[in-house]
Amino acid sequence: MAGNETKNASTVSLKNLVRNQCFIPIAALLLLAVFNLIADPNFFKITLGTNSAGNPVLSGFLITILDNGSELAILAIGMTLVTAASGGQDISVGAAIAIAGSVILRVLCGGNARPETLQAPIIVAFLVACVVAMLFGAFNGVLVAYFKIQPMIATLILYTAGRSIAAWINNNELPVISEPSFGYFGGFIPGVPIPTPFFIAVACMIVIGLVLKFTNLRLYTQAVGINQSSSKLNGLNPELIKVLAFVILGLCVAVVGLIKVSRISSINYSVIAKDIEMDAILAVALGGNALSGGKFSMVSSIIGAYVIQCLTTTLYKFGVPATALPAYKAVVVILLVIVSAPTVREYASNFMKKMKLKKEVA
Amino acid sequence: MEDNIVLKMRNIHKIFPGVRALQGVDFTLRKGEIHALMGENGAGKSTLIKVLTGVYGKEEGDIFLDGTEGAVAIHSPQDAQNMGISTVYQEITLCPNLTVAENMFIGRTKGVGQNWKKMNADTDRILQSLEVPAKAAQQLGTCSLAVQQMIAIARAVDMECKVLILDEPTSSLDEQEVEKLFKLMRDLRAKGVGIIFVTHFLEQVYEVCDRITVMRDGKLVGEYEIENLPRVQLVSKMLGKEVDDLSDIKGETKAYQAEKDAVPVLEAEGLVSNAGIKPFDFHINKGEVNGFTGLLGSGRSECVRAIFGADRVIGGKVKMKGKEVKITKPLDAMKNGIAYLPEDRKVDGIVGDLSVRDNIILAQQVLKGFFKPFSKAEANKVADEYIKLLNIKTASKDTPIKSLSGGNQQKVIVARWLFTHPEYLILDEPTRGIDVGTKVDIQKLVLKLASEGMSVTFISSELDEMLRTCSRLIVMRDRKVVGELTGDDLNQATVMNTIAGGDK
Amino acid sequence: MKKRLAVLLTGAMVMASLAGCGGGNAEPAAAPAATEAPAAEEPAAEEPAAEEPAAEEPAAEAPAASGELITVGIINNDPSESGYRTANDKDLKAAFSEENGYSASFAYGNPAVGNANEDQVKAAQQFIQDGVDYLLLSAADTAGWDTVLQDAQDAGVEVILFDRTIDADESLYLASIVSDMDKEGETAVNWLAGQGLDEYNIIHLQGQMGSAAQQGRTKALDEKVAAEANWNMVEQQTASWNAENAQQIVQSVIDSGKSFNVIYAENDDMAKGAVAALDAANISHGVGKDVIIMGFDCNKWALEELLAGNWNYDGQCNPFQSAYIDDVIKNGAPAEKTIIMDEKGFDATTITAEDVENYGI
Repeated sequence: MAGNETKNASTVSLKNLVRNQCFIPIAALLLLAVFNLIADPNFFKITLGTNSAGNPVLSGFLITILDNGSELAILAIGMTLVTAASGGQDISVGAAIAIAGSVILRVLCGGNARPETLQAPIIVAFLVACVVAMLFGAFNGVLVAYFKIQPMIATLILYTAGRSIAAWINNNELPVISEPSFGYFGGFIPGVPIPTPFFIAVACMIVIGLVLKFTNLRLYTQAVGINQSSSKLNGLNPELIKVLAFVILGLCVAVVGLIKVSRISSINYSVIAKDIEMDAILAVALGGNALSGGKFSMVSSIIGAYVIQCLTTTLYKFGVPATALPAYKAVVVILLVIVSAPTVREYASNFMKKMKLKKEVA
Repeated sequence: MEDNIVLKMRNIHKIFPGVRALQGVDFTLRKGEIHALMGENGAGKSTLIKVLTGVYGKEEGDIFLDGTEGAVAIHSPQDAQNMGISTVYQEITLCPNLTVAENMFIGRTKGVGQNWKKMNADTDRILQSLEVPAKAAQQLGTCSLAVQQMIAIARAVDMECKVLILDEPTSSLDEQEVEKLFKLMRDLRAKGVGIIFVTHFLEQVYEVCDRITVMRDGKLVGEYEIENLPRVQLVSKMLGKEVDDLSDIKGETKAYQAEKDAVPVLEAEGLVSNAGIKPFDFHINKGEVNGFTGLLGSGRSECVRAIFGADRVIGGKVKMKGKEVKITKPLDAMKNGIAYLPEDRKVDGIVGDLSVRDNIILAQQVLKGFFKPFSKAEANKVADEYIKLLNIKTASKDTPIKSLSGGNQQKVIVARWLFTHPEYLILDEPTRGIDVGTKVDIQKLVLKLASEGMSVTFISSELDEMLRTCSRLIVMRDRKVVGELTGDDLNQATVMNTIAGGDK
Repeated sequence: MKKRLAVLLTGAMVMASLAGCGGGNAEPAAAPAATEAPAAEEPAAEEPAAEEPAAEEPAAEAPAASGELITVGIINNDPSESGYRTANDKDLKAAFSEENGYSASFAYGNPAVGNANEDQVKAAQQFIQDGVDYLLLSAADTAGWDTVLQDAQDAGVEVILFDRTIDADESLYLASIVSDMDKEGETAVNWLAGQGLDEYNIIHLQGQMGSAAQQGRTKALDEKVAAEANWNMVEQQTASWNAENAQQIVQSVIDSGKSFNVIYAENDDMAKGAVAALDAANISHGVGKDVIIMGFDCNKWALEELLAGNWNYDGQCNPFQSAYIDDVIKNGAPAEKTIIMDEKGFDATTITAEDVENYGI
């Protein structure tokens, strides 16, 4: 009898675990971890060394994941909100990053492609980029909210034009920043062995965490995403909330733009942050969030972002050609589609019931 | 089959899970007549039509058609069409970006070849013979709604239909367009087509129809010659109340009787929205329960939506406690202490995936502001309080509202608005589609709230409920206010007479 | 249902981006490469030289009377496509100026805005209609030009191709001025062989697969690695001209603990990404250090890295075709229609500040 009870309790807790939205990304992360552990435990090795400037740095695959996954995590924050509010995705993120990065370099260089000294403080350049990226976000948001254009179609405009705009901002020049402190944002701060992007991502997570706690962003976004007509009758302004989501994504884009241009202290308009929107969308999906909008879990999306990066790094480690990466990610998407398909869920639950019945009979 | 009969439906039964939608309904359509099919919400009109057109199967009963021996079997809309039963719906189901001719022949051509020239010529000929003002090569989208409607009818006629079903064809037409449509209907009647006309406009029924079949609660009430059924009788049959039934005792509690020390809470003058209602005046006093009544589609909901700012207000003045206010969106109304429980719970009321708790606090939260969220503890406390107060049956306050029963969902929405502590509460069909127990709960609640000083506007399709709760009824017909009843006039006979209006 | 649809859509888009890569393989010339085609030689030095013949033989070709401007219609690709293209466009604009006796009109095909090749064809037809003397063309696509070129010939408009060749009969154009990507690769690999290392352990960062630049620059190295026992390929990966991808790839190699002493990057951006990864791991690079860094394109900033000794080699991809074109216009068609531009390879030990000025793009 007592044994039976504990068994029940354990099935219940297992069920809750499976139901939890974080389950999918965490399960995927564990799967990847186990795979790497079996294939090559070196994957988990972290070494402390010094970089060429003589500063202590940690290195290893996990650090790489932490480093590059952080960009994705920041984007996933904004993409989650856009998805939840509008029921669609922004595919112009990569192009917008090119614009934000270009703006940063333009302000720092003041029009001269290779300045001896910075023409403006980095913080000013960053703030200008934030404003510009948020304006472009608002542009997308207005198209979606007020002109009722399907988000993927609306953002296709900036997706197409964004990189040309980025090049235009710098007059087609390729500015290079020689100031070493500019490299800190995408690299290491002297004396800190952990990549800076991780700290930036943590800061973003804390900010969004606070915003979700101390404002009604979550409730409003979800309400609009689930039932626009009802939210309107409850006094909400669904259009404004959708635009807000896109503006927040714009802010995330500016942050990632800073990291991206800091990494190489320069920019390549046509390839910077290429296809990053796909990874960001995938992170949201992998986080178990409905791509049709509504309820969302920010934590799941962020975990999802690191899982995607973990997948990318693993694939690089095994020498999979970069051109083939999308194919593997497509497999992940297909698996997600299958797992989340109602028919499969129904089948699974029926199967579980049958199993249970059999057990009881036995 | 008698000579002049084109369609006979006998003893039709249709059961949906939990509902007996049709219970032994008979229906007869004669050649060359326009036959109105009338009934309130849930009467079974549309189910009957869907059975006839093969959209639904039937559990029992037979359908006979002129020219066919024995009962026919209609398994699909295609079958129905082949047997000469055509339907034209309220929404145009043609393709606006194809030409008129293409629309006339879409889905009817056999094989891949198509003689376009002949098709256009045929179309023009048909349109001319029916005096439809359109050209074959014209894009359908460039025609007015009425003409599109007529083209849809012409298409049906050209398919040699014997039975033409017009399902609410006039709801989006203006008066002139309606006239044109009626002319076409009369022409077709002269040609011997049997027309089933589904509408909720009483005037139109009396203008164009020969016969009326009334349904209620899935049952046939009766078939009547138009001249033998005065409007008030029709209304009484639709609502299921006898006009002469004066047993409606007014002994029950009325929330508010006297007008003498009335303090108006809200006054509206010439209010009009873009939803197609005529401008109306309205007021409600402190502690009063009043209601809008009228048949389905008479504009009851549109009036209260205009008050709440849910539709775009295009004219009129609103005063709140004597002070003029501007209400252009729901938030304005909410800030002025107005609450609105919408008619369509699923579409406008619940936020399905959100928890019961979030659904309860939503409106008050919006009023409180973006930067002042309720703490989890506060929200839980409020949720618990209202779940207990309204006796909401839910597994927990974290349960998504969509998994609750209809009645409990409605209670959650009521809780949501009560939590905003409104001075004026509008309840639009709060009792539709919910169980009897909850209905009574809600009526009791309305009276209790009024006794505590809240003003309530109550709308219900069930006249009983209205009479039981309201001390003043505003009567609507064909989208305008046609009367206001208080005191001794609050009995079924008067209400129905006012709804029916016109003749007698 | 909606949810499923949305996920599917994402899937489709991921697939589409995959298909995009495949497409790149199929039509090399169309690949929107960051680095591109060709190269020539001393453009800056050549330009004054080119003016000399012009002075000697003022009316060599038909229309150019000394007082009259030669009209040229120039059809190029979007300047923001890459640093190479930007420099190329600038060079053309500077060379075909009124001071130099030209009246030039420009048209661009931009794959991000429309169908680049179609737009270019339309622009060409317009130029022919306007009756330009010369049509200068860098086609987005190799195919689809026969009719237009025939029209040009019928209208008496001379066509000179630059940077990219097309699939059309030689008789339809006056000259074709291009880079030889194979040669660029050979020059680089020969330089590397000349470094005399005991063992070559190479990380090879490839450009957009299928582009002409990638194929040429890969070929020479592949052949050398296959031929020599002490040349090993530690990692061969495409980073699609992208610095970030290059950084990740090199990072991955470092993390796996494999040793290497050469980074052969097919453009400067990727070399830069690789160096960022090395810096983070404190692996020394450049002249006399542990790892040899090789790049292509001769971006100014890259040549500066060479000058500072941080990199070892940069191969030129010459965007300065204007001097060659000018020469053809002034002196008539060459015997050999295809003119291969001279392209240099710079060694960090010998590069001068002047080189940086003259050849940096």
